[in-house]
Amino acid sequence: MEYRLRRGSSMPAYQQIVQQTEQALRLGLLRPGDKLPTARHVVAATAINPNTVLRAYQELQRAGLVESRQGLGTFVVRSLGRAETIAGSGLREELDAWVDRAAELGLDREDVLALAGAAVDARLPQQAEPELPR
Amino acid sequence: MTGRRTAVEALGLGIRHPRRANDPHLLADCSFRVPTGAVCGVVGPNGAGKSLLLSAAAGLVRPTEGRLTVLGQPSDSETMLADIAHVDQERSLYRQLKVAELLDSGRSLNARWDRARAQELLDLGRVPLTARAGTLSGGQRTLVRLALAHATTPRLLLLDEPLADLDPFVRRAVMGLLLADVADGDCTVLLSSHVLADLDEAADHLLLIDAGRVRLAGQTTELLAAHRYLGPADRMPDSAEPVELHGSASHGTALVRITDGPARPGDEYDHPTLEELVIAYVRSPRADSWLAPSMRPMPRTGLIAEPIA
Repeated sequence: MEYRLRRGSSMPAYQQIVQQTEQALRLGLLRPGDKLPTARHVVAATAINPNTVLRAYQELQRAGLVESRQGLGTFVVRSLGRAETIAGSGLREELDAWVDRAAELGLDREDVLALAGAAVDARLPQQAEPELPR
Repeated sequence: MTGRRTAVEALGLGIRHPRRANDPHLLADCSFRVPTGAVCGVVGPNGAGKSLLLSAAAGLVRPTEGRLTVLGQPSDSETMLADIAHVDQERSLYRQLKVAELLDSGRSLNARWDRARAQELLDLGRVPLTARAGTLSGGQRTLVRLALAHATTPRLLLLDEPLADLDPFVRRAVMGLLLADVADGDCTVLLSSHVLADLDEAADHLLLIDAGRVRLAGQTTELLAAHRYLGPADRMPDSAEPVELHGSASHGTALVRITDGPARPGDEYDHPTLEELVIAYVRSPRADSWLAPSMRPMPRTGLIAEPIA
């Protein structure tokens, strides 16, 4: 797991770490038992303040997604989304094939994302979410 | 990670120019506390006193007034010198010595010398160990000096404009390596810069010095939360301290400090960025200075009974 921090983003750095971790959990890139990178590692790679990393990890811990074990590090305890369901379903493979076909027909990246987004919006309408603090 | 332990504390610190009779103060009445584990950006205009403050913390300049305590000792005592690393702006090195020889001398002078830590930084600039210091580029010389400081495993790292002559490709990597120690717990970093962007996301505390005086000090989150813009339609709360006014009283906007309100991240107020805040204080020399609670000197019995507000 390597975090990519965008400076000057309206999203604070700690939230970027939280979001990227959740994304990795959703995609099954991180699974229960996996260790998150140490604060030292993240700081060395991104030059952000160590407390920012710790704040993000605390947030993930409060959400019940990770657990800090004294002297050992921070470990994933729960996955997000349906990583296991996705793994055995063939959904990802079908989607890959669909993307390949779109590309063959000459659609570019933006076209493909727009089409996929429109299909999702049409079939899975968004639920009203409570507004998150900035 | 930062808390009640203190790495650097100044109480009424003043340093006078040895000869200048009129307006002798280079630093005047500076009081603040940097907690252990902080990465504190020291900012201010050129000539504000940033470098002098770092030199004083390194024990190179003796306070003429007040007190400066570093790692629990007076700044001019020698007992904690092994725990402090200071990289100033002189960019000086023994020009005749090879980089490897500089590293060897560092090892012989420091009990906690860690050669691998030096190497990490040297590798970022592809600094050859066999080169004489005098033949290196300015940026490479800076890397050597940072490497020599980093290898001593300091508990207090004092960096004066550390990134000034490094190219943009290595700036972030250098900063990352220097800050990684703070993640391990016991290290505190004070770094001066007049480029606020260098401190963005790296510093969690800020100390603004202008004309030898502390104008603003605190945790960055604390400073941002305590300041907000008010538009012409907003009523000025009784507790608001104006910092900078734009336009007329009836049609302008104001940057104000409100320290008793329920300010918190995510509230609906229009908060300044760190850069806007620093510029507003420098442009408004008559606005009151402010020490946020996290950087106020500790209350103590005896001479000073109350925290300095």
